[in-house]
Amino acid sequence: MEPIFLQKKKFSHPQQAGPVRHTLSEVFPETATDAAALAYVLSCLPRTHAPILWVQDHLSARETGRPYLAGIGAGRAIITINLSRPVDVLWTLENSLRCHTLAAVIGELWGDPNAVDFTATKRLALRSEASNVPCWLIRHAATPNLSAARARWRIGSAPSALHPHDQQAPGMPRWSLDLFRAHHARPAKWTVTYDRTTDCVDPLPLPRNREVGARDGTARQLTG
Amino acid sequence: MERQGNSPADDIPLTLIVEGTHGPVIHATNRTARTMGVQIGARVVDMRAICPELQTEYADREGDKAALERLVLWARRWCPWTASDGADGLILDTTGSAHLFGDEDAMLIEMETQFSLLGLTSRLAIAPTQGAAWALARFGTVRSICTEGEIAQRLSPLSVSGLRLSAETVLLLQRLGLKTIGALMNVPRLSLARRFVKAALTANPLVRLDQALGKLAEPVASVEAKPRFSAQSRLPEPIFDPAPYLPQLCDNLCDALQNAGMGCRYLNLTVYRTDGDVSHIDVATAASTRDPVHLHSLFRDKLERINPGFGFDLITLTAGGVEAIQIVQTQLGGEAHSDLQLTQLLDRLTAKFGPRSVSYPVVYESHVPERAQRRISNFGAPPPQTAELIKERPIRLLDIPEEVHVLYAVPEGPPAQFIWRRKNHRVTRYAGPERIAPEWWKDRPGTRLRDYFKIEDQTGRRIWLYREGLHEDGRGGDPRWFIHGMFA
Repeated sequence: MEPIFLQKKKFSHPQQAGPVRHTLSEVFPETATDAAALAYVLSCLPRTHAPILWVQDHLSARETGRPYLAGIGAGRAIITINLSRPVDVLWTLENSLRCHTLAAVIGELWGDPNAVDFTATKRLALRSEASNVPCWLIRHAATPNLSAARARWRIGSAPSALHPHDQQAPGMPRWSLDLFRAHHARPAKWTVTYDRTTDCVDPLPLPRNREVGARDGTARQLTG
Repeated sequence: MERQGNSPADDIPLTLIVEGTHGPVIHATNRTARTMGVQIGARVVDMRAICPELQTEYADREGDKAALERLVLWARRWCPWTASDGADGLILDTTGSAHLFGDEDAMLIEMETQFSLLGLTSRLAIAPTQGAAWALARFGTVRSICTEGEIAQRLSPLSVSGLRLSAETVLLLQRLGLKTIGALMNVPRLSLARRFVKAALTANPLVRLDQALGKLAEPVASVEAKPRFSAQSRLPEPIFDPAPYLPQLCDNLCDALQNAGMGCRYLNLTVYRTDGDVSHIDVATAASTRDPVHLHSLFRDKLERINPGFGFDLITLTAGGVEAIQIVQTQLGGEAHSDLQLTQLLDRLTAKFGPRSVSYPVVYESHVPERAQRRISNFGAPPPQTAELIKERPIRLLDIPEEVHVLYAVPEGPPAQFIWRRKNHRVTRYAGPERIAPEWWKDRPGTRLRDYFKIEDQTGRRIWLYREGLHEDGRGGDPRWFIHGMFA
């Protein structure tokens, strides 16, 4: 029985053609402490009440912090697993991907451990596709080596949108997404705005839209 | 109840104490202390003045309660219907069981012997009602036995405190001149009823008197003993590895659980070594289960932790946390139970990586950011989620806030430039401050308040920065700046 997911507004996500098939995606934050990558991953997850299994290794928890429920929203059930070795993280990810009830499995790894190689990612990708549970591998301070991930992203923060009421304050967050390798789509780059209240990701309006462009110079530079 | 183990000699005055409103108070004493004039309920400092060599030890009330509960079940050897009474009493409904020991006298002597073998002092009495037995056991003669007709006669010389009344009521009755139960019985019913019409049970001498005399029913609520599930295998000769026997043990245990309609939450594997030592492994599950394959898998990585010594010849597997489970089918398609999959996964992870590594973060009502989230372990019921938060909060929080080095301080607002992790950050935009004061009921005095700013640096990263304290707030030097979290 295929689980029914609420489709949300998407721009041109390469995995969204046809029925939802989840797979392994790899994300490289531009700087290790950049939370934009995590926010994008969270916005991509299916909207269900099923729990998210969040596996962190010791270094990534210490260097980049832990998921904070007050900011993520208490509506999501999260199970956190804190481990010390990267091998254990991969073992846990692989075993959790057998469980169909999870909304997603997120793994965070710091650096380039030897255990994370093509074989390990291939195993994760096949498991994820077999059980149709999305698996996201977040690689802090890592180099994009050989990997079997079906989509590989490089994500960083971009200067945020203008705050509607306060000139001085940061407004809605913007992220620069770089899909540099994908199985089912052409690599591309976007700058997107994230609306926290509706929880949807919109591509930045093109610079030819004068009204928006005139108001916000930073966005034009980025998309142009 | 006496503490087991390394108790000092009997001639040393020893007391157990509990924390009272004005310092520790005496909870229990031994005989030596009692003869020296130490009173229960008095403050320790006062009693030290009377008896300088008094030794004190903290009382373990929870442990006493648990021990009493075990004792309730242990006392089933004399009669099938037993219950605990207060913090230090047992009620045994011995109707029709005295003849098994000869007569009631013999039964009481047998009970006293057995209790003293356990190291417990007992005071016993048999009476037709609970109230009368209570009074006779505490204030009557040794091993008194009271028959149906003579309750009133036996009770009347006893003090009114034998009626299970609160201390204030006893004091009130004594002030009224009613020192014995007999005196209370002579007072006309109507006036007693009028005086204590609205009193609660422990403050109502009339109801207590009626209960003791058997005019008012007072049934004994017995607790049901939980069945104990365990499987064991005796080996002809000592071995070093329990692994080959484990599947069979799991199967046997799960069969027993299956027949009783029960599941277990904990498992305890104990091996009895030939040198007389015992070593054991415990595993726990997130939901009650009786799946032998799953239970066996929990032991997989733990068996090497058993220290076999010179080998062991007896293995037992005991189920703990036994509760009834119902088999429900959630899906018509005949697929596997989905929740079961998740709990089994969490059990495996906990068994492999330890209980501290698996946790659920839950929102907790606190303004202080690091206290607004708590981690609860896998094996408790998750508390209900609180309402949605209104303030914007970061999605990542650092365990320990990291101090930054301010390059350009600005009088109002966050610093214009600072160094964090050897990188230069220029603040382009900021929102705030949001002032979060320390929780005075929890924090140490001198904890400084925090002013939180959401800042954006030159690359667009949104960071939660705070200043600890204010200038001239008298709680340390110049305020310092810390990074606490990262926004989306």
